[in-house]
Amino acid sequence: MSVVTRLWARLRSSRAVVVSGGVLAAIVLVAIVGPLISPHDYLQTDFNRILSAPAMANMQVFGTDDLGRDLFVRTMRGAQITILVAVVASVVSLLIGVLYGMVAGYVGGRVDAVMMRFVDTLYALPFIFFVILLMVVFERSLLLIFIAIGAVNWLDMARIVRGQTLSLREQEFVQAARLTGVSPARIIFRHIAPNLLGVVIAYVTLTIPQAILLESFLSFLGLGVQEPQTSLGALVDAGVNQMEGASWMLLIPAALLALILMCFNFLGDALRDVFDSRRFR
Amino acid sequence: MSLLDVEGLSIAYSGERAVKDLSFSLARNESVGLVGESGSGKTQTALALLGLLPGNANVSGSVKLGGIEVLGAKRAQLDSLRARRVAMVFQDPALALNPYVRVGQQLQRILIQHKLARGAQAKARVIDMLGRVGLPDAERQYRAYPHQLSGGMRQRAMIASALIAEPELLIADEPTTALDVTVQAQILELLEELRQDTALLLITHDLGVVAGHCERMLVLERGQLIEGGVTRDVFAKPQHDHTRQLIAAAPRLDCPDIPAPVAGEVVFAINAASVSYEERGRGVLRAVREVDLAVRPGETIAVVGESGSGKSSLVRAALGLIPMQAGQVSLCGETLSGLAQSRSMAVRRGVQLVFQDPVGSLNPQMRVRDIVAEPLVVHEPDLMQSERLERVAAILEEVGLDASYLERFPHELSGGQAQRVAIARALILKPKVLVCDEAVAALDGTVRKQILGVLRQAQEDSGLAIIFITHDLSVVRAISQRVLVMYMGAVVELADNAALFNRTRHPYTRALLDAVPVPDPQNAGGRASLVGEVPSVLTPPKGCAFHPRCRHAQEQCTQEMPRLRELDGTAVRCFRADEI
Repeated sequence: MSVVTRLWARLRSSRAVVVSGGVLAAIVLVAIVGPLISPHDYLQTDFNRILSAPAMANMQVFGTDDLGRDLFVRTMRGAQITILVAVVASVVSLLIGVLYGMVAGYVGGRVDAVMMRFVDTLYALPFIFFVILLMVVFERSLLLIFIAIGAVNWLDMARIVRGQTLSLREQEFVQAARLTGVSPARIIFRHIAPNLLGVVIAYVTLTIPQAILLESFLSFLGLGVQEPQTSLGALVDAGVNQMEGASWMLLIPAALLALILMCFNFLGDALRDVFDSRRFR
Repeated sequence: MSLLDVEGLSIAYSGERAVKDLSFSLARNESVGLVGESGSGKTQTALALLGLLPGNANVSGSVKLGGIEVLGAKRAQLDSLRARRVAMVFQDPALALNPYVRVGQQLQRILIQHKLARGAQAKARVIDMLGRVGLPDAERQYRAYPHQLSGGMRQRAMIASALIAEPELLIADEPTTALDVTVQAQILELLEELRQDTALLLITHDLGVVAGHCERMLVLERGQLIEGGVTRDVFAKPQHDHTRQLIAAAPRLDCPDIPAPVAGEVVFAINAASVSYEERGRGVLRAVREVDLAVRPGETIAVVGESGSGKSSLVRAALGLIPMQAGQVSLCGETLSGLAQSRSMAVRRGVQLVFQDPVGSLNPQMRVRDIVAEPLVVHEPDLMQSERLERVAAILEEVGLDASYLERFPHELSGGQAQRVAIARALILKPKVLVCDEAVAALDGTVRKQILGVLRQAQEDSGLAIIFITHDLSVVRAISQRVLVMYMGAVVELADNAALFNRTRHPYTRALLDAVPVPDPQNAGGRASLVGEVPSVLTPPKGCAFHPRCRHAQEQCTQEMPRLRELDGTAVRCFRADEI
């Protein structure tokens, strides 16, 4: 049995993985397909239908916002952006963090010390201050948000990967490879990286909700995604302003945000259980 | 009435049966050995007797202890049985004692829990017990934490905690496997001495231990009881084939065919090697002190010693895995420099290593074919894919694995098969020197024999020189031409195989030999002729490092370190080597 099939079999045997994975897949599917099917567009305003409550009539199941835009399409659009930002930021942090952590852990000694002190320094930067600076210096864009979130998230990943690499480096199969004359690059990619897989996958699933929260937080503060583009955080922000008259504008995006976060957290926990056990070899 | 009655005990895990229809009984005061190879169901049986099986175990049958059924018993009932009527000594005392609780407290809790004693009376009883298991200065050990005790001392404390409530049955599950052979002998003698009114069920893979310490023995194979009887009879006339195999594979010191000495040019030599580690805040640990070693093509030299003797540090430094503070290493007359990374590819090709843990030395994410092929990829990158695969298949066949193993992952191999793969990986480059670091220590007797056979065959075929590190003198007897005995980082004796066993020079070597359990109930060996344990290498004793444990020590030994001197072809480090 290959590594992948074994992995797949183990994932399928965990009910938490199947359920939370399934719900997430459904959300992503609806978020992509929903706006295509709906007769409405997320930008199209309709001043005859400002703040109308959710109703089956006119296909506006989530109602409309204060500019008469269809809330269903906007929420789905927001979910797309939110998940996209989170996944891209996590993948970026994964690539940087894993590579950085592996090199620091494997090379060790002074290189390790310098690399990790750099990480410590970045940790010490106040995040919001850092983001506001970025926003002031550069033009606001989605790219900037990727960078801002990625810059924070890779630090944790680098620390975790370094720790794992330190213990893998002392394993006998790595010593055997070193002794034979296998090059450091080949040791890192053939011997260390594959054995990090489980931990990394589990950890990424836990950094995604972190990134979602960060993005929502930024958008809620008005530092993130800008109108007319939207995200779940921005929608919640808009909903808070209309909380008294049009509670659906707050409740619907907030509920979806909570559901997505919950699914990722469940999935992450379940994956960690699957991979972290010593039995996984 | 017998003390313990096991009737038709079966244990299964999700359909796989670990123990099948096992029945036996134990009388009061009896000592019985439960023997079998790994996976034979020994430990599962022991756990069942204590009601300790995990929840997913499917148990049937009956286990009656003094008339009380253990299987399916209520929690409260089990609590009153454990410690009071049945107690257990586990294999690894480091894991069995709670690291955050003082040793004395742990024992005292047992007395209090079972309402056997309280307050000052309990404390006195604990201290008395600690004294009886041979812990020096029991008052002080009472207040010690487990990590402050050495391995042997911890196992003594563990035995004390098992015996303090005076149980009727003591189960010892491989109680000495994690310990050095001289300490093993002490612990087994202690068990024998202390148990008086307690029956003993000794679980072990070592037939030598059973021969020396058990009145009866039970042999398990794949969960089934295949033979049982009085130890002496079973050894004299084993009825079952598997028992015969076990006895034949058991390590013995009177191995009839020892390898003949070989002559020739030295291929690999270590000269005056010293290795030391800086222990932060605790000074310098001198792990290896000026050790010389030379090996010729086709020769096997064994390096023997207890843990802490520096044998692993010596070869790791020679291989360039750790830095060497002084000395030289040479391969075919060419001096090798520094660490492995800085050595030439030709040199790295010439010296290979096989580790103790066969599974840990194989990358769990790689297939056997890739594991074995890796050295070729590095050293002969021009090789065609098909040629490489041919070479891999050929070497696997040499170590006794057919082509069906090529696609497997390490977790799909048994310990013996994994070790064959590790040997194949080491041999595929046709090295001149092979270093085996306890390469058979983790294997069962029969498998061990096969692996030693594989190594010997490789040696005959290619004139390979082997440096074999081991703590097991029976392995030394079977495979080596010459033997280097180390104690606290220094060579104490270097002798030919025959000379070492027939005319032992150094008292330390003598003690090691005495301590080896021999699978012969008439003459079981396993005597503890050494007191105490290896002192801390950080603070070695003045004079001869061995003098505090030596029966022959005299004034001079406590003052100066003896030199290594020659006596009839044997090099020995002892002032009194010619008298004793």
